[in-house]
Amino acid sequence: MKPEQANQLKTLPPIISVKNLEKVFEDGETKTAALCDITFDIPRGQFVAVMGPSGSGKSTILHIIGLLDKQTGGSYLFDGKKVSDYSDEEIAHIRNEKLGFIFQSFNLLSRTTVLENVKLPLLYSGIKESLWDQMALKAIEQVGLSQRINYMTSKLSGGERQRVAIARALINNPQVIFADEPTGNLDSKSGQVIMEILQKLNAEKKHTIILITHETYTSELAERIIYIRDGKIESDKLIRARREANNFVK
Amino acid sequence: MRISTRKIAKSILNSKLTMNTYQALKTALLGLRANAARSILTILGIVIGIAAIIVVVAIGDSAQSMILGQIGGLGSKTIIIEPGREPQGPSDMTAILSDSLKERDIIALKNKANVPGLKDLTPNVIVPGSVSYQSQTYRAITFGSSAFLSKVLNIQPAEGVFFGDEEIKQHARVAIIGSKVREKLFGLSTAVGENIKIKDKNFRVIGVLPPKGQVSIINVDDVVVIPYTTAQKDIMGINHYNSIMVEANNVEDLARTANDIKLTLRESHGITDPTKDDFHVMTQADIANSAKTITNLLTWLLISVAAISLVVGGIGIMNIMFVSVTERTREIGLRKALGATDNNILTQFLLEAVLLTAAGGIIGIMLGAGISYIATLILSQVVAMNWTFTFPLSAALIGIGVSTLVGLVFGLYPAYKAAHKNPIEALRYE
Repeated sequence: MKPEQANQLKTLPPIISVKNLEKVFEDGETKTAALCDITFDIPRGQFVAVMGPSGSGKSTILHIIGLLDKQTGGSYLFDGKKVSDYSDEEIAHIRNEKLGFIFQSFNLLSRTTVLENVKLPLLYSGIKESLWDQMALKAIEQVGLSQRINYMTSKLSGGERQRVAIARALINNPQVIFADEPTGNLDSKSGQVIMEILQKLNAEKKHTIILITHETYTSELAERIIYIRDGKIESDKLIRARREANNFVK
Repeated sequence: MRISTRKIAKSILNSKLTMNTYQALKTALLGLRANAARSILTILGIVIGIAAIIVVVAIGDSAQSMILGQIGGLGSKTIIIEPGREPQGPSDMTAILSDSLKERDIIALKNKANVPGLKDLTPNVIVPGSVSYQSQTYRAITFGSSAFLSKVLNIQPAEGVFFGDEEIKQHARVAIIGSKVREKLFGLSTAVGENIKIKDKNFRVIGVLPPKGQVSIINVDDVVVIPYTTAQKDIMGINHYNSIMVEANNVEDLARTANDIKLTLRESHGITDPTKDDFHVMTQADIANSAKTITNLLTWLLISVAAISLVVGGIGIMNIMFVSVTERTREIGLRKALGATDNNILTQFLLEAVLLTAAGGIIGIMLGAGISYIATLILSQVVAMNWTFTFPLSAALIGIGVSTLVGLVFGLYPAYKAAHKNPIEALRYE
């Protein structure tokens, strides 16, 4: 990202702002503290990787900042507004309009074409149906699958399916894209293609991307890594800044 | 062509943030089509239940029209007097045992001062058993009556003549026979002038009725009519009548005439308490009403039985919806992650259930109508009566309403469960 553009985005409030976030799971008598005292801000247009071993709580963070779950303590401001002030219906609308999800197991609808899968979020958007096809085609073009729009998703390779998922996540032009282990079910070559698409979306279209992963080489493509262990933030470092700094020096 | 972001933003702001009906229907239909074979099997119970109800109602209606049509054949001015108290039900046979109607009643009724609205009457005496000619025997419906019968039934002999008052006075041994009786006993040879045997006594055939078929409760083709005096005194050796048929002057006075008859007979029999009447008076309307009541009762009974299959069908649907919801747990989680509200999910699954049952209802109605139509065709051939098929429109509309309701009722709980699935757990579901 160019420094001028970065400065422009920095004048707006961070898209995601969590303070002392806490999540306790209760299972009858047992109480498990999954997250403890999580604090960070994510500025618009940043590519963040949340890393950690299995059970560290990184998925829990994703679920909370992705508005799929509610924290038990602390505050969460999305786009400058307190999330706890929203009703369930309003949260569903935010998920639809402002967030995009990519999952490890793709989660596409079976027995459905690529085009229909990508259009799915529009069903809950209130946008006029006459615009749907064009919006879907545009998103599919961005992931390079325009030749496959009428294919059944079951006929596609893993990498192609994940690209359909990315197109679906893009269709409402979201402010944040959440990717939960997007390359986990893919071979290294397909995984590479997916990460390239995500990087391109971040660099060219300024989408904020939050990547959950346990793979080091995947996380290093982000510009910031937040490392979680046992429900607490162990480290929170910018990477790209360092890399860009190197290029600048040269 | 690029879509401007501004245009999309405007569209979002202007439209409601919910699924419209058309999209909801389309989503539900896709959901059903995904497992078409299962969908079809699921609604089988509804189809059969509704079809059964349609068949019952259609055939019940046909039967009722047919019966009422025949009762109508008696004439709207006819009043029938039978001995014994009013029958308490279809199997109340006390009328047969009573001998309360006698000649004194005929004289009293014929008195214009007593029953001014009476035009004419005839007593009837049943003669059980068969009639024979030479070696041929036939189980005809033999009874004693008068020439008035031909007026009431609106029938004149095709061959020969009816007997008159003279023959009645003389206890003449003459008979009028129906067309089937003639065919059975005489074949193609002459009937008029020949002697047939009724209860071992010779009766001369003086008239043959034309083919007419069923008129009210009598099949005219099967009758043998003799003078009632002969039947009463010479053959049966009794003093009373089995019934008296009265023709009123006009329809408007029918109720009053019937009442006059009751009062006259009470006086003639010395009865002061109306509850102790030893006779009963029926107009055609009365007969039609009791026929209606019986057919309606039967129809409702059968409908109730068919309704049970609807409940069973509904339970089947609820079961399948639960399975479907569990199978599609991940899909539900995904839709919620993409922005579906609990209401959107509830609507989707409820709509699937309602579409299933409504489709089942429509198929059931078509199937039921088809079966009823074929059934009336077959019945017309087999029973040789005039069955007509009318499409039971009200039953069909109720059928669609009921099947839709079954979908709503039995689909609600599974849809509710679907709507309240936690999206995270749903997405993790294997």
